[in-house]
Amino acid sequence: MTDSHPPYLYPPYKSTVLRAPSRPLVVPEYGPDAVELSGPVFGHAELGLLDNDLTRQHSGEPLGERIIVTGRVLDDRGRPVPGALVEVWQTNAAGRYVHLRDQHPAPLDPNFTGAGRCLTDAGGRYEFTTIKPGAYPWRNHHNAWRPAHIHFSVFGAAFTQRLVTQMYFPGDPLFAHDPIFQSVPDEKARERLVARFDLETTVPEQALGYQWDIVLGATPMET
Amino acid sequence: MTTPSQTIGPFFGFALPYGDGPRVAPEWHPDAVRVHGRVLDGTGDPLPDALVEIWQADADGRVPGAVGAISRAGHGFSGFGRCGTDADGHYWFSTLKPGGPAPHIAVLVFARGLLKPVATRLYFPGEAGNAADPVLSAVPADRRDTLIAERESDRTYRFDVHLQGEQETVFFAS
Repeated sequence: MTDSHPPYLYPPYKSTVLRAPSRPLVVPEYGPDAVELSGPVFGHAELGLLDNDLTRQHSGEPLGERIIVTGRVLDDRGRPVPGALVEVWQTNAAGRYVHLRDQHPAPLDPNFTGAGRCLTDAGGRYEFTTIKPGAYPWRNHHNAWRPAHIHFSVFGAAFTQRLVTQMYFPGDPLFAHDPIFQSVPDEKARERLVARFDLETTVPEQALGYQWDIVLGATPMET
Repeated sequence: MTTPSQTIGPFFGFALPYGDGPRVAPEWHPDAVRVHGRVLDGTGDPLPDALVEIWQADADGRVPGAVGAISRAGHGFSGFGRCGTDADGHYWFSTLKPGGPAPHIAVLVFARGLLKPVATRLYFPGEAGNAADPVLSAVPADRRDTLIAERESDRTYRFDVHLQGEQETVFFAS
């Protein structure tokens, strides 16, 4: 694949040291019917109506800055990927995950879980309404803080296109200090992880808008 | 330029796993097999925060093409499975042994500390077709065993994923 991806081993991110494979990857000889060249197919009936609105999953409104995050899922040749399952998860506005292992002493928000999903439309577009996540500390090194981000999980047409990544917000002062963001060696590729504020997407009196396109690897075969 | 991968991190557990994720076919299916194992790091310690996904053909060797990969109905077969590891690094799937001369299951593992997933394949032991399989043949002979599950009983196969070290599993470039 046109490799914009980080390496497995990136010692400044300490958890990679014992988890990164150390042997060379094997380049498989995938025949045209290889299972990896197809992927699971998802339908609207499998998703809930409010799955893509993280601000309406509880009885009250979550605290924080309401935002809309939208963009297209494309393949490496710029063609939209329709029907792609996009899953997201994130902290609340205070930088706290609804997760038992998150011990950050920031408040939970009873009106915010922080998980959502949707399918891309015919033009490859996804859209989420949520609140802006907060930065939070982690124990990778002294005074380590993750820049605010939304986790994205995306399925393309093929299992080889499977992508899990993180979307960041423009101008975050923590970028320079974050080994996960910095693990991507190419500066232009890193910029692809940062959403763009967009006044057109912004809804007056309601929510700030961000645009973020996701580009997957090659679509294996035309079907 | 493709969007770079980033780690799944440790906090996906409330968002990605779903109830029937490990049930690619229900346990009560007459042909159901159990595929399970552990995900281990370079010191042999289990990963309590990995996510394992599988994708495979059905018993006739056909890949499912219809919608419904999450909401497999009744005795249906989804082809897709997702299971988070437990505190012992253990994952499991109830599925069907895929058809074909060298039955195999595509496996992806995501985890904190993996900046991009590892991709591998689970093959079944004692299959005559394994020797001629083009993907297995591309693997150095002394490492092929890492891709072949161990038969624990008629219907149970064990497949440990070693991310690193002496017994490191073979991973494929995608």
